[in-house]
Amino acid sequence: MNTLVLTVLTLGVLGILLAVILYFVAQKFHVEEDPRIDEVEKMLPGANCGGCGFAGCRAMSEALVTRDNIASLFCPVAGGETMKSIAGYLGKVAPDKEPMVATMRCGGSCDKRPKVNHYDGALNCAVVNTFYVGESACAFGCIGYGDCVSACKFGALHINPETGLVEVDADKCTACGACVKACPKGLFELRKKWPKNRAIYVACRSKNRGAVVMKACKAGCIGCGKCEKVCPFGAISIENNLAYIDHKKCKLCRKCVNECPTGAIKIVNMEPLPKEPKVAPTAKSESKAEETK
Amino acid sequence: MRTFPIGGIHPADNKEWSKDKAIEQLELPNEVRIPVVQHIGAPANPIVAKGDKVLTGQLICEAVGFVSANIHSPISGIVTAVDSLPNGQGQRQNMIVIKREGDEWIEGVDLTPKLKRECNLSSSEIIAKIKSAGIVGLGGAQFPTHVKLSIPEGQRAEILIINGVECEPYLTSDYRNMIERGEMLLTGVEILMRAIGVERAVIGVENNKPDAIAHLNTIIARDNYRGIEVMPLKLRYPQGGEKQLIAAVTGREVPPPPALPISVGAVVCNVSSAIAVYEAVQKNKPLVERVVTITGKHLQSTHNYMVRFGTPTSTLLELAGGLPEGDVKILNGGPMMGRSIVDITAPIIKGCSGITVLSGAEAARGKEGACIKCAKCVAACPMGLEPYLISKLARLQKWDMAEEHNTIDCIECGCCSYTCPSNLPLLDYIRIGKQTVMTNIRARAAANNNKK
Amino acid sequence: MANRIFASPSPHIHGGESTRRIMCDVVLALLPALAVSTYILGLRVLLITAVAVASCVVFEYLINRFFLKRSSTIGDLSAVVTGVLLAFNLPVGIPWWIVVIGALVSIGIGKMTFGGLGCNPFNPALTGRIFLLIAYPVQMTDWTTGVPDALSGSTLLADVKYNTSLLSEVDFLQMFGGHMNGSMGEIGALALILGGLYLLWRKVITWHIPVTILGTMAIFAACVGATKGGALVWELPLFHILAGGALLGAIYMATDYSTSPMTHKGMIIYGVGIGLITMIIRLWGAYPEGMSFAIFIMNAATPLINKYCRPKRLGTK
Repeated sequence: MNTLVLTVLTLGVLGILLAVILYFVAQKFHVEEDPRIDEVEKMLPGANCGGCGFAGCRAMSEALVTRDNIASLFCPVAGGETMKSIAGYLGKVAPDKEPMVATMRCGGSCDKRPKVNHYDGALNCAVVNTFYVGESACAFGCIGYGDCVSACKFGALHINPETGLVEVDADKCTACGACVKACPKGLFELRKKWPKNRAIYVACRSKNRGAVVMKACKAGCIGCGKCEKVCPFGAISIENNLAYIDHKKCKLCRKCVNECPTGAIKIVNMEPLPKEPKVAPTAKSESKAEETK
Repeated sequence: MRTFPIGGIHPADNKEWSKDKAIEQLELPNEVRIPVVQHIGAPANPIVAKGDKVLTGQLICEAVGFVSANIHSPISGIVTAVDSLPNGQGQRQNMIVIKREGDEWIEGVDLTPKLKRECNLSSSEIIAKIKSAGIVGLGGAQFPTHVKLSIPEGQRAEILIINGVECEPYLTSDYRNMIERGEMLLTGVEILMRAIGVERAVIGVENNKPDAIAHLNTIIARDNYRGIEVMPLKLRYPQGGEKQLIAAVTGREVPPPPALPISVGAVVCNVSSAIAVYEAVQKNKPLVERVVTITGKHLQSTHNYMVRFGTPTSTLLELAGGLPEGDVKILNGGPMMGRSIVDITAPIIKGCSGITVLSGAEAARGKEGACIKCAKCVAACPMGLEPYLISKLARLQKWDMAEEHNTIDCIECGCCSYTCPSNLPLLDYIRIGKQTVMTNIRARAAANNNKK
Repeated sequence: MANRIFASPSPHIHGGESTRRIMCDVVLALLPALAVSTYILGLRVLLITAVAVASCVVFEYLINRFFLKRSSTIGDLSAVVTGVLLAFNLPVGIPWWIVVIGALVSIGIGKMTFGGLGCNPFNPALTGRIFLLIAYPVQMTDWTTGVPDALSGSTLLADVKYNTSLLSEVDFLQMFGGHMNGSMGEIGALALILGGLYLLWRKVITWHIPVTILGTMAIFAACVGATKGGALVWELPLFHILAGGALLGAIYMATDYSTSPMTHKGMIIYGVGIGLITMIIRLWGAYPEGMSFAIFIMNAATPLINKYCRPKRLGTK
């Protein structure tokens, strides 16, 4: 009996003592924090991907709450709607941002871009990039060891074993930009996300002259400029032997697609325009023909 | 016998394939491609254009800034293009293409073989001559020699160390230079001593080259070269690393980066570079050629050629009987630090001491396993790093931690990968780590400067 | 193209070391001790070893296949080494099913839970042995079953510790040859030392760990012996090195790569730690033998040692 009482007493006193100490410690080290940070954090997706540029969702919500101007802050995962509701909650103004999607701009699949050597080092694009151009003769194309795939936290990227190229699953992509940073060849770009995941882009980054490109890859942009001429919206520009379609100006009219002699302009989830019979196809007459349809 | 203090490995030296092949003059190429970058530092600025006629030894690219080097035409002929062309790794670089018409040298170059020993030039005159001749480290690093010889304010050189180690397996170009051009080498050393104002020079040679050691000692005794000593070193890779060689010869360790060898009073120069210095200073001959070893177990013949820069790699391969059957790996340099060549039309450049051809089986990397923490890489690292850890940090992209673990000390000697029982590509990842950490450090420095 | 041109970053050659070769060497080094053991204790030694090896290999294969869903790693032979070492830590009379449980704990909990070879914080064979020692204390300290009559009884360490025999009665020559009681692998001192020399020659291990462990134990024992008197001063150190699992532990178990420090300095600290803890347990602890616990404790300290014992960076003091 005595033992029992003693045990209960000891433990009880110990408990009270510790509780008192804890109380004072909690008082002493209490940090005043804006309760809205917790609320904003709950509204964010909690992916902690770093796509916003902060270390995680917590850091982002702190910035959202403490900064006066939040126009430069954007969570690509949550998207514009969520950002607006967060801004509304905080009584601030959210920027208007269109949904974006990561786009891999290389079309040099195994059959189009032959291997000229056999790589035998660590299977990592950055390692390849430290010392040479890669297994094909193209210095700009996809290396294919998937640094981007491992960088993607949303499982939106995978390597197609048939083409050896990385493919983006637009539904899973949150445009966090991790792949843009991960690719040593700079093949990724965040482009405007069209409804039904439609897209048109130049799947080539080669700044080499046309002859050099053709030798290395049958699907490369040779900088011929046909697409630039045919584009009715002035969305296409040629720089360093390379065409670029400005996704802010492009209206998905698809005229450029048939013009491209190498098929470097990729078209996604859309049918290409019917090909005109090749009777003196000048750029102008063709575009007129399209308009009359 | 001396050697460096920590780490190191003993790969088979495989020098027997080419070490007894005397230096042959390679037939002059009909066309050369001269990259404007053949050195560490800013690319040189081309000063010739398409259609220009150039003479052998004529300046065609001018150094831009202090850390840069002149480039001279290795043949006489017509410039046919200044264009972006692939190097050995397939990367396109700005190159000058020259079609040969005879071999007409610029005036003032003494092409006679007679040794000219006497040199009364001042230090700055010697360095100016070296700079104008475009001499860079011919051991492979391609660091401009005149920069090395310009001792910074407040520091003093005490010893000149000549690197005759050639620890890289297979390669024999430095060895042949020591055997066949010993007098030129020693005169070059005398000039270098004069340039940096030291009384003592040590030529470090590994003890797998006893005849080179004996030969140089004979000349030193016979022709009375004062203050020059040939020091035999214990065979161990990477003895030819600058910091390793300094530690082996002097017992002094160069502090970690950014400290330079001069902080312990040492200046290191390669054997072939010393000969180039002799030719530049005494004979007015700019750097337009070098000895290149072409070697490999499976080649029909192996050679040591005197090659004009810009000669296509394929020319050497053809003279060695062409590529062997089956899978091959062609290396610019030796198997430990050489770079894979994937485009054999690429030109031979200043830093190319040899072309090594390995069969696929010799070079094949084994299947990667898990790190078993055997610590063999830690024991092998000549810089006292923890390769297994840095490699892993780089793989996980923990750049800050990689920096804390002194990634930038790495000299990329490859001892860690060589010794790893799990065939881990340790150096492959460490190299990325090193590059990224260097970039980060530079970015920080730039940001700090901006603040000021 | 007739030839394929290979490309990779440097270096382009490899020293030829492989995990498999290292593990093969360890097994080879353990063979003399196995032979001595079989000669003295009978063929059952081979049976137990075979059961331990087979179950370790099978468990590793099954766990890789069905739990981790990755390609098999049994080709590196590390499971074989674990099996042999586990068997060496068991008494010869142990029932076979206990051996299988030991193997399951060794491989399943000691190794694969942490990610397999190279990731385990504790020596897998030791994990198995310690588990069995606590779970089956009777069977694990039964030194009589299946043993030739001449050897029946308790181990020398226990004898001396509990004063049932005196140190002066111990025959050191017999200890070298293997005529003493104990686990299967720990009785052939000379064979174990031979194997250790082989490993040193093959550069599988360095001298640092075994020498510091045994050295610490010897010095510690000598100090204690000097204060106690009685036995000759040289007897106590020699006795402690030869008796029990000291040699097996110091040469084969403590040197396990993934659970020992990476630098020589660290190895020395680790070795001294093991030596001290072993002697403290042996002289004043509840168990007659403390080697396995000592290694286990120092295994836990290894990450800490690694953190503070960095290699000397070239150019620094």
